[in-house]
Amino acid sequence: MPKKDRMSGNEAVAYAIKQVNPDVMPAFPITPSTEIPQLVSTYIANGQMDTEFIPVESEHSSMSATIGAEAAGARSLTATSSCGLALMWEELLLAASNRMPCVLALVNRTLSGPININCDHSDSMGARDTGWIQIYAEDNQEAYDNFIQAYPIAEDKNVHLPVMICQDGFITSHAVQNIELLDDDTVKDFVGTYEPEEYLLNPGKPVSVGPYSISNYAMEAKKNQEIAMENSKEVILRVADAFERVSGRRYGLFEEYRTEDADHIMLIMGSAAGTAKQACDDLRDKGMKVGVLKLRVFRPFPAAEIAKALSGCKSVAIMDRCECYNGNGGPLSMEVCSALYKNKVLIKAVSYMYGLAGRDFTVENVYEIFNELDASVKNDTEPEQYRYIGLRSQGVPG
Amino acid sequence: MRTDVNRINESTPHEELTEGLMMFAGGTSKSFNTGEWRTSTPVFIKEKCKQCLLCAPVCPDGSIPVKDSKRDDFDYDHCKGCGICEKACPFGAIEMREGM
Amino acid sequence: MSQGLEIRWHGRGGQGAKTAALLLADVAFKTGANVQGFPEYGPERMGAPITAYNRISRDRIRVHSNIYTPDLVVVVDETLLHSVDVTAGLKEDGAIIVNTPRTATEIAGLLNGYKGRVYTVDARRISVDTLGKNFPNSPMLAAAVAVSRVMDKESFIREMRTSYEHKFSKKPEVIEGNMKALTMTFEELEPYLKQA
Repeated sequence: MPKKDRMSGNEAVAYAIKQVNPDVMPAFPITPSTEIPQLVSTYIANGQMDTEFIPVESEHSSMSATIGAEAAGARSLTATSSCGLALMWEELLLAASNRMPCVLALVNRTLSGPININCDHSDSMGARDTGWIQIYAEDNQEAYDNFIQAYPIAEDKNVHLPVMICQDGFITSHAVQNIELLDDDTVKDFVGTYEPEEYLLNPGKPVSVGPYSISNYAMEAKKNQEIAMENSKEVILRVADAFERVSGRRYGLFEEYRTEDADHIMLIMGSAAGTAKQACDDLRDKGMKVGVLKLRVFRPFPAAEIAKALSGCKSVAIMDRCECYNGNGGPLSMEVCSALYKNKVLIKAVSYMYGLAGRDFTVENVYEIFNELDASVKNDTEPEQYRYIGLRSQGVPG
Repeated sequence: MRTDVNRINESTPHEELTEGLMMFAGGTSKSFNTGEWRTSTPVFIKEKCKQCLLCAPVCPDGSIPVKDSKRDDFDYDHCKGCGICEKACPFGAIEMREGM
Repeated sequence: MSQGLEIRWHGRGGQGAKTAALLLADVAFKTGANVQGFPEYGPERMGAPITAYNRISRDRIRVHSNIYTPDLVVVVDETLLHSVDVTAGLKEDGAIIVNTPRTATEIAGLLNGYKGRVYTVDARRISVDTLGKNFPNSPMLAAAVAVSRVMDKESFIREMRTSYEHKFSKKPEVIEGNMKALTMTFEELEPYLKQA
C-alpha cells in the first residue's frame, strides 16, 4: 500500500535510496545535497539498509570509487552538487565511456562565481556532454519517482549508461511537501536484483575495463556510446510505463500541460515548471491560450519529439536556468532552436534567462513572459532575445 | 557480450566491438608482438654470463626468460630493444646491435 | 483556493523559525491538507535575519517561489521590526503575530500603517515559565495555528503530544513543559481571537 507522507526533496531521495538498497555509496558532502549521504549513513547505522558507505576525501574520489565499485560488479551511486560535480568532471566521462550503469543524485546548485549556494542548472548543464542520461524533477515526488526508475534505465542491456537524477537545490531539496511513497517490496521488485553480465570480481572470466584505445578504435567506441544514448529514449519510456503500473503516476520524456490548443508555450525544466503551470491556469481563466512543456529528460535530448509538440503553437518561450556566456542564449534554447529548425517548425522562439544563482521565479514572471509573446505575435514584432527575467537595471527595479 | 578478443582488430566495424572496449581475456599482451618495434637488438653472449640475474628484473617487457634460476636467450617477440639490460650487466654479456 | 493559505515567518538564525514552519507543515499535513514548508537561505548564521514560508492548500501545491503576499506573518523576534519590513505585501484581510511583551495596539504603531489584524504573544515569558528557557518557537507555532485556524485546538494539542513524545523520546521531561506552552498560548490568545 502506498503511504502518504511529507518530506523534503533530499529526504525523499534518501528514502528512495534506502528502499533500493544499492551495494556501494561513496560520497563527500556539499551543500545543498549533504543531507542525502547524511540520511543514508544514518539509515545504515540504524541497520535499515546494508549499503557499503565510503566516506571519501573529495568528489573526484567519490566518482572514482563509484566507477570502481560498479566495474567490480556492485550497484553503486553517489550524490553531489555544484563544485562537487565540477570536481568529478573527468570521472563523469569515464563512467559513461566505460558504460557503467551507476547513478548520481544531483541537487542542482550554481557554479561559482560569484560564490553562491543557491539553485540554478549550471552544474548539470556543465556536465551535459559527458554522456550521462539526465532526468530533472519538478518536486520531491518526482525526485523520488525518478530515482526509483534510474537503475532499471541504466542497467538495461541496450543502454548501460550512468544516470543523473536532478532536483533543484533548496527549492525542492529543502522544501517539505506532501509525497506518496511506494512500499519497500514494490520498489524492490521494480528495481530488481543487479546481475551484471561482465564485472571485474568474476573469477575465471577476466575482463579489462577502460583500456587505452588508439585512434583506430576510439571513434567506433564513441559511436557505440552515442547509439546507447539514443537507445535509452525508448528504455526511459518503457520504464516509465512500468512505473505507472505500480504507482499510477505517468512520466515521459516531457510533460505537455494544457498545450493541445495553446497559442503560446513555455518550455521549462525543474521546480519552476510547477510555478509556470499555476500561472498557465491563471491565464487560461482569463481566456489566454497558453501551455507549459516541462522537459523531464534533457539527455538524451528529445529533439524531434519537442519539435512535434511545438508544431501547433505560434510562439515558445525557452527558459534557461544557466548562463553559458556564448552571447547567444542558454543551452536549452540552443538545443530547442536547433530541433525546431531541423524539423522545419518555424514558430517564433524566444530565449529567456531566469533564476540564476537562486533568483526567485514567480507566477508574475510567467504572466509577463506570456504577455510579451502574445503581444509580439499580435503585433508581429520581435521580442528581445535572451532577456534576463527579474534583473535590476537602470529604470527597472528587480 | 563476451567476445573472442582475437577476432577484433583495426578493421572491425563498430557494431562488432565490445561495449566500452572491454577486453574479455587476461594476459593479452602475449599475443601482441611488440618485438617488431625494435630498432636495436640486445645479443646474449652466453660464455660471458655469470647468471647473476641482474638483467631479468630490470627488463620492462619481461623479455628475459628465467628458468631454474638461470636466464635463457631473449624473447625477441616482445623485446623492444631499449638497452636497459645492457647497462645492468656487469660482465659485458649483453651487447646492443643496430637493427632487428 | 488556487494557492490556499500563505504564511511568512521572520526570525533570527538559531531561534527555530524554520523548525516552526516545518512543524506547522506537519500539523497541517495531519489534517489532510497539501502543505509546503521551506526556508529562504541567505547567510545562515546565528542571529542573522531568516525567512521561512508555508503554503497550505486543498490542492497539490505547484508554486515554488517565495511568498510575497502572505495571509499571515509570524515575527519570532521583535527586534526585526526595526530592520525588516515584516508587513510587506501582507494582505489587509490577513493578520500578523509578533512575539513581544507589548500589546497589539502598541505594536500596530510600528507596522508601517498596516491595517489588518495584529496579535501579540509574549513567547519569551510563556517559554521561560513553562520550559525554564527561551525557546520561542513552540508558543509561536501555537499562535500561528490559533490565528490561521488550520486545525482546531483539541486536535492540535493531541497531534503535538504524539509528535513531542516521538521527538523527545530521550528527554521526556521537556514534553509537559512544551505542552503547557502550547495551551497557555492558546488561552492567552483566545479572548483576542473572539473579538476579531
